[in-house]
Amino acid sequence: MSETIVIAEIVKGAVHPTTSELITAANALGSQPTVIVPCADASVADAAAQYAGAGKVIAAKSDVFSNYDAAGWASALDAVAPAGVILTSASPQSKDLAARLAARRGISVVQDVVKIEGGHLTSPIYSGKAMQTVSLSSDAIVTVRPNVFDSSGTGGSGEVSVVDTSGNVATAVQEFMARASSRLDVAEANIIVSGGRGMGTPANFSHLETLADTIGAAVGASRAAVDTWDEIPHSMQVGQTGKTVNPNLYIAVGISGAIQHLAGMRSSKYIVAINKDADAPIFQHADYGIVASWEEALPVLQSSLASMMA
Amino acid sequence: MANIIVLVKQVPDTNARIAVSGDRVDLSAVKKVMSPYDEFAVETALQHRDSSGGEVTAITVGGAGADKVLKDAKAIGVDHIVRVDCDAELDSNALQSVLASAVSSLGADVVYCGKSAADTGAGSTGPGLAERLGWSSVSNTISVAYGDQLSVVMPASGGNARVNVPLPAVVSCDKGNIKVRKPNVKGIMQAKKAKVDVHNFEIPASTISVVSHSMPPAKPAGKSYQGGAAAAEVAQLLRDEANVI
Repeated sequence: MSETIVIAEIVKGAVHPTTSELITAANALGSQPTVIVPCADASVADAAAQYAGAGKVIAAKSDVFSNYDAAGWASALDAVAPAGVILTSASPQSKDLAARLAARRGISVVQDVVKIEGGHLTSPIYSGKAMQTVSLSSDAIVTVRPNVFDSSGTGGSGEVSVVDTSGNVATAVQEFMARASSRLDVAEANIIVSGGRGMGTPANFSHLETLADTIGAAVGASRAAVDTWDEIPHSMQVGQTGKTVNPNLYIAVGISGAIQHLAGMRSSKYIVAINKDADAPIFQHADYGIVASWEEALPVLQSSLASMMA
Repeated sequence: MANIIVLVKQVPDTNARIAVSGDRVDLSAVKKVMSPYDEFAVETALQHRDSSGGEVTAITVGGAGADKVLKDAKAIGVDHIVRVDCDAELDSNALQSVLASAVSSLGADVVYCGKSAADTGAGSTGPGLAERLGWSSVSNTISVAYGDQLSVVMPASGGNARVNVPLPAVVSCDKGNIKVRKPNVKGIMQAKKAKVDVHNFEIPASTISVVSHSMPPAKPAGKSYQGGAAAAEVAQLLRDEANVI
């Protein structure tokens, strides 16, 4: 097996804990990875050096990394990363970076890997309706789904070497537009509360929001809800033409479980379904299924969880 | 006047069930459609043309069976349709190399594509193609304004960002608030008569090979409850059994 390199996942200027999952994935490929931390300030890399399972840790330092630009990041990282199999997170930004970096090196990319075994890589295809296992015959870039591999834990050497790098930035951010609500996006959340057309009216999503605020969750929606109600934006849509998510907990309320919705959330660790139709397909995928109207079940769930969180 | 290219891909209908026969997916009974995100890319390309003038060329890579997706694009209003002839399964490096050859040969100011194809979900083609062409790229855009350069809105940490993109560029499109136009009768008639321009380019060998396809691992049956009062017990289990609260 050739050398492995992990590009640390950077969220809001800091090393994200999914970076340690990437180290575990590199270990599964049979080597201790070199971890490269893209940063404008080298002290950011100290967090990555605490993780067990890594070889050396390099802070790739450049002003390029202040804002995300695919071309700039790919060129600056290409200058630092040795040849080998490169692993990044399968977050939207890092998938974009991985594709650009792979093209720069003239190698291929395998996206959304959820299993590594015997040098073979498995990813969901058709939004999780089937799985594809591939083998590599040369260096490649591999993106790894968050929340699938275990953390490598802590106990790393803590040593970081700093390498200055540079790249040509092509695009320019004019303004950031913060989300109107402080609530998490479904793509970033560990817990998601989703509503479907069974909620009856878009105004009833306020009950889901209350529950979400209680347990620190994001609010999602089915395509049926997004297509039916203008008040429910596409950014909330979970499913094949919306966002694919794999949180620790997915609570589906008034969602029947159309195949294209299941495709976007079936890999969630735990699924709770609340639906008054006992035959709804969502129940076949639920760890905990409650056959009841949301009007009946949601207040009970809300008060029970609220008393636990208190 | 803008010279605009849009990339389109034929994929299984997203509402279709996918079956695995032996160790390969069996798509023989599945209807093929334009990948949904490509519809947004086509609409964005047409709006760009309608705003600045110019022409839109739709490109796909595939065998003769893929002509249908080009005819669909033609029916919606693209000016030219081009198929890069290839029957083999390509990995990302091979596909992007062939597309880079096609875009260089046809010439373009901007290339639009869907944020990912509904079959692989990879999203590698747009940024990878841009890198090969030495162009700028942005991914997952939810709106595009056209001028000497593009001004796009795309997700950024904690919200969205408005970003200036110098041309030439490759833009991968998410759904956003865009409404996709439907083909009219005239468009459909024109598409029937339209000739697909078939090109051949050298295709590098793929270094990623498919070992097998399989169905996702089945989940053990969950616990089932009747009536809303059971939600209290479920809440307890979420904390004590699942450890997710």
